[in-house]
Amino acid sequence: MTDATDAHHDHHYPSFFMRWFGSTNHKDIGSLYLILAMVSAVVGGVLSWIIRAELAEPGIQFITDFQIYNSMVTAHGFIMVFFVVMPAMIGGFGNWFVPLMIGAPDMAFPRMNNISFWLLAAGLVLLVIAGLTEGGPGTGWTVYPPLSSIEFHPSAAVDFGILALHLAGASSILGAINLIVTIFNMRAPGMTIHRMPLFVWSILVTAFLLLLAIPVLAGALTMLLTDRNFGTTFFDAGAGGDPVLWQHLFWFFGHPEVYIIIIPAFGIISQIVSTFSQKPVFGYLGMAYAMSAIGVVGFVVWAHHMYTVGFDVNTRAYFTAATMVIAVPTGVKIFSWLATMWGGSIKFEVPMMYALAFIWLFVVGGVTGVTLANASADVVFHDTYFVVAHFHYVMGLSAILAMMAGWYYWVPKMTGRMYPEGLAKLQFWIFVIGINVLFFPQHFSGFAGMPRRIPDYPDAFAGWNYVSSIGSLITIVGTALFFVVLWRTFTSGKKAEANPWGPGATTLEWTVASPAPWHTHEETPDMTGKAPAE
Amino acid sequence: MAERKTKRGAQNGIFAVVLIGLVAGMVGLAYASVPLYKLFCQVTGYGGTPKINVVAGPDVGSKAVIEVRFDANTNRDLPWKFKPAQSQMKVRLGEPNLAIYKARNLSQETVSGTAVFNVTPYKVAQYFSKIECFCFSEQTLKAGESADMPVQFFVDPAIFEDPDTKEVRAITLSYTFFRSDEGEKRVLLDAEKTTTKG
Repeated sequence: MTDATDAHHDHHYPSFFMRWFGSTNHKDIGSLYLILAMVSAVVGGVLSWIIRAELAEPGIQFITDFQIYNSMVTAHGFIMVFFVVMPAMIGGFGNWFVPLMIGAPDMAFPRMNNISFWLLAAGLVLLVIAGLTEGGPGTGWTVYPPLSSIEFHPSAAVDFGILALHLAGASSILGAINLIVTIFNMRAPGMTIHRMPLFVWSILVTAFLLLLAIPVLAGALTMLLTDRNFGTTFFDAGAGGDPVLWQHLFWFFGHPEVYIIIIPAFGIISQIVSTFSQKPVFGYLGMAYAMSAIGVVGFVVWAHHMYTVGFDVNTRAYFTAATMVIAVPTGVKIFSWLATMWGGSIKFEVPMMYALAFIWLFVVGGVTGVTLANASADVVFHDTYFVVAHFHYVMGLSAILAMMAGWYYWVPKMTGRMYPEGLAKLQFWIFVIGINVLFFPQHFSGFAGMPRRIPDYPDAFAGWNYVSSIGSLITIVGTALFFVVLWRTFTSGKKAEANPWGPGATTLEWTVASPAPWHTHEETPDMTGKAPAE
Repeated sequence: MAERKTKRGAQNGIFAVVLIGLVAGMVGLAYASVPLYKLFCQVTGYGGTPKINVVAGPDVGSKAVIEVRFDANTNRDLPWKFKPAQSQMKVRLGEPNLAIYKARNLSQETVSGTAVFNVTPYKVAQYFSKIECFCFSEQTLKAGESADMPVQFFVDPAIFEDPDTKEVRAITLSYTFFRSDEGEKRVLLDAEKTTTKG
C-alpha cells in the first residue's frame, strides 16, 4: 500500500454544495463533525467563562436574573456533552479514522452518516432556540422533575431542549449503528477483532454503550414531554407518578454517557502513548477488555448519582461496591499506559505531552471518584463543588485533553500540514496550567461545602473561587492560542509526510498519503499474518 | 468483486436491522420500567410500599405489640384539612386494626383528592399490610363537607423474626393528599398566569 496507489484516481469531485451538504465521504463528514464541535466548544466555553466571572467574588456581579444563570449552567453542560465531546470523538475522529485504521474504503452506510451529522446540527439549532425562549431551560443538564415539569418551567424552553436532545440522540444512535456495522463487517482481511487498533476497539465499545443508553434517555424524555404537554403523570407524585423514576431512568443513561465520553479518549491515548514510546501497547487484550468491562459495569452503577433519594442500606452498599469495581479495569488501563512507556524510547511531541497530561488529570479525577463512590461520604459531598471538580477532571477536562492530543496527533493526516511546534508547546503549557488552576481549587471549596448551581456564595469561599476564576482567564488564553495554532497550521504549517511520527506509528492511517486522499483503501490492504496493530 | 460487494451490503443490512431492534428494545424497556418498578415495589416492599388488598392472616394470638404512628400531609393545591383522628396506636401483631383519618373540605366547591402513601422505616413495609384503605380510590368532598376516612391494616408477626426489622418498635404510616380533579387545568392556568406575568 503506497501513496501512489491512492493518488492517481481520477474521481469526479462534486460541487462545493454537494461535497459539504450532501456529503457521503467519511473524511468530509468527520471534518464537519470536528468543525461543529469546535464552534460549540467556543460557545460552551464562553458560557463557562461568564459563569466563572460571576463566581469570581461573593455577591452578585452582573447576572441579576438567576434563571438566566441556571440556563447558562444547563446550556454549558448540554453543549459540552452532546455537541462538543461526542461529535468530536465519535463523529469526528471516529468517522475519520475508524475506516482508515481497519482498511475500509468508507463507512458501511455513507448516506446514513450524512443524516447523522445533519440531525446533530438541527439539534444544536433547537438547543439555541430553547436557550432563547423565556429565560431558557434552567434545569441543569439532568432535567430533574418537578423543576423541569410544566409547573416550574411553563414556557416551551424545556420542550425545545427535550426535542434538541431527541435529535442529538437519534443522530448518535444512527452513528453508532454505522460504526458497529463498519467495524464488524468492513475490516481488511487478516485484521481480526483481536488485531484492531485500540482506538477502533474504544469506538466499538462506545457505539454499543450509545445503542443501549440513548434509547433509555429518549424514553424518559418522551415521558417528560407527555407529562408536560399531554396530561400523563409519569413523574407527578400527586397522580401516582414518581419523580425519582426520572432520576433512575436519567442516570441509567447518564452513567454510561460519561463512559461514552471517556472511552474514545482511552482509545486515542493508547494510540498516542504507543506511537511516541515507540512500543506496542502493553497488554493489548487487557486494554481492549478493560474498556469492554468498564462499559458493562457502567450499566449497573447508576444509582451512585442519587444516593440522597433515600435508599435503604443494602442498596447503598451494592452501588458503593459496584462503583468501586470500576476502579479495577480503569487501573488496568492506567498501569498499562505506564508500562507501555516503561523502557520505551519516548518522544515528547505535543500529542504525547497532552496524553501525559490526560493520564495525570484522569488519575486525579479517578481518586476523587473513589471518594464519591462511598454512599456515606457522598451524602455530604452531593451537589457541592467537590463533585464539580471530580467530574470536570475525570470526564470533562480529560476528554478535552484527549481531543487536543488526538487533534495534534492526526492533524498532519487530516490537513497534510504540521502544526507549529513551539507555539503548540506554549499552547499546551498555558492550557494545562489554566485548567488545573481553574479546577483544582474547586476540590477545596467543595470540601468546605460550597454548593453547585448557585450564582452567589458566602464570603468564606471567596479565596479559592477567586483562584479558580483566575484559572479560567488563563484557560481563555490557552483556548485562543489553540485557534492561533490552528490558523498557523493551515496557513504556514510545513508539509507533512505520510508518516510524520516514525516507526512507532504502526496503524494503517499512516500508510496513506498526508493529507489522506479523498478515497482511501480502495484496494483493500491485506493484513493476514501481520502483528496486532498495536 | 461486485458479488462480494453485494454480499457485504446484505450483511450490513442484516446487522443494521438487528441493531435497530436493540434500540427499539431499549426504548421499550424504558417504558416497561414503570410497571415493572411498581410490581417490584409491591412484591418487595421496596421504598416503603406496603402490601395492599390482602386478607389478614390467621390471628396467631401473638402477645407482641408494636406502635403505629399516623402522619398526614396535604398538597397546597388541595383546600382540605386532613388529619389523623389518633396520633398513634399500640397494635398486636397479626391482628386487624382500624384507624381513622378525618378530612374536611374548606372550600366552597366540590373537590376530589387522591392520597399517596408509604410507611417508614422503609424496610418494614413488606410486613405492613393494608386490608382496606380510603387511599385505594378517589375521595370526593362537597363544599364544607367532613368525612371519616378509615384504613384497616395489620402488621405481620414475621416482622420480629426478620433480623433486619426485629429491632423496630414503631412504624409510621404516612399519607399525602393531592387534588385529583382539574388538577391539570389548574396547573395550566397557573402556567398561563406566570407566562403573562413574565
